[in-house]
Amino acid sequence: MRAQFVFHEVWIGLRRNLTMTIALVVVVAISLSLLGTGMLFVKQVDNSRSYLQGRFQLSVYLCTAVPSSTQCAHNGPATDSQRAQISQTLKSLPQVANVTYIPQARAVKEFKAEFAQDPSLANDTPAADIPDSFELKLKNTQADEGSVAATVDGMPGVDQIVDDSSILNKFYKLVDGARNAVVVIAIILIIAAILLVANTIRLSAFNRRRETSIMRLVGASNFYVQLPFLVEGMIAGVFGWLVASGLLIVVKSLWLDGLQQYFPFNVQLNTADLVEVIVLAMIIGVLLCGTTSFLTLRRYLRV
Amino acid sequence: MIHFENVTKAYPNQGRPALENVDLDVEKGEFVFLVGPSGSGKSTFLRLVLKEERPTDGRIHVAGKDLARLTNWKVPHLRRRIGCVFQDFRLLPNKNVYQNIAFALEVIGKPRRFIRKVVPEVIDLVGLEGKRDRMPDELSGGEQQRVAMARAFVNRPMILLADEPTGNIDPATSIGIMKVLDRINRTGTTVVMATHDAAIVDSMRKRVIELEYGKVVRDQSRGVYGQAY
Repeated sequence: MRAQFVFHEVWIGLRRNLTMTIALVVVVAISLSLLGTGMLFVKQVDNSRSYLQGRFQLSVYLCTAVPSSTQCAHNGPATDSQRAQISQTLKSLPQVANVTYIPQARAVKEFKAEFAQDPSLANDTPAADIPDSFELKLKNTQADEGSVAATVDGMPGVDQIVDDSSILNKFYKLVDGARNAVVVIAIILIIAAILLVANTIRLSAFNRRRETSIMRLVGASNFYVQLPFLVEGMIAGVFGWLVASGLLIVVKSLWLDGLQQYFPFNVQLNTADLVEVIVLAMIIGVLLCGTTSFLTLRRYLRV
Repeated sequence: MIHFENVTKAYPNQGRPALENVDLDVEKGEFVFLVGPSGSGKSTFLRLVLKEERPTDGRIHVAGKDLARLTNWKVPHLRRRIGCVFQDFRLLPNKNVYQNIAFALEVIGKPRRFIRKVVPEVIDLVGLEGKRDRMPDELSGGEQQRVAMARAFVNRPMILLADEPTGNIDPATSIGIMKVLDRINRTGTTVVMATHDAAIVDSMRKRVIELEYGKVVRDQSRGVYGQAY
């Protein structure tokens, strides 16, 4: 095994194919960075989702003097005994982890705080319109939402039951859509990268057909004939990955970290997340280039 | 050394097989001319010996190995025992004489010390003393063919296959080429040379195998090219 010889051949191959090699590096870099961005996005969304889901769950709103449902219109505002009844029912449910009573006064305060930037809305909303409510935390959100809601729904004094996560889900649908678009583009680019690797290697094999035909003639092993091409493909992959890593670091520090200002809680990705994505991108990049080169070579450099 | 037993090679979509029921033996150290018109199967014969092609039928043994039972990954080892020379030299234009010859050893992983020792020896053997740093385009056709022969012989193969080695070379220079082949043959290497060159065959007085339409029509020790040409 003569490493010096192999690397000399690789160098010749890369140099003769310079434009193709550059195109390959660029496409690998872009596809890996898009894929990496998609992965960072997923992590970001997961971070905020787990935070938010731990926080909001079911809200049970009680009837006010201003009825918004037929049941409230019929029964009038919730009475203290109804309130106690509802509270007791909720607390007795085994699926419920925690019940918090939010009296109207507190709800109004929170409402005003949330819309502090829009005082006209806050001021125009009469306090009487804002109901008392129970906020529930469930032990198992997905499974028990329906059954808990059904138990209290229709109880005297209950106006409506709002599943907070269903509101969040709309937001996440949007975010997931954006993420999927990024990943789809990344996959299309990866296909382009695969085709480019195959083409580059084919061109390289064609450029060096004299050398390889002589190598085969004098009895060089397949490994020896193919190795320079394989290394060539992988080096392009590594360069593409290096560029992609740079881009990913930029994406994280300029763009994703910038999202923090829109959230009242910590959604920032830590360095470990970034390193994980970059390492994953390297594995994908090198594997992609190596495998494609290998498969292409099997077609073009037969014994 | 080379043993063909009832070998037939047919290419798909071609009516007549390139070789048909060929039986022949080439012994160790022999010098054999393979003659016959174009398309008579000379090149197919050489390709079969190298296992670049597989016979449609029959058995081939080369250097004691049954080629049918030789796995693909062992084919390179077979080829290390066979040297090849072609009409078009097949030198690497961007390497000089020394590098072209050394390339054959580098790619089979020989140590550099060994290469430094044997390449100059074989340059002397083919008569290219003092030209080791020339590029192929600075050499005459005859000199280029000498480089090709040096490359084929540098690993001391048991068999040297030459496919019309004098095809691109004028008759006077061809004599020099034949002298080198003869010298290589005298080291014990079996030489099989496919050729059209009647003058050379007649002057060498070696064994002649004549092919026509894929069949052996003549196998004569100390033969000549033949009356028909």
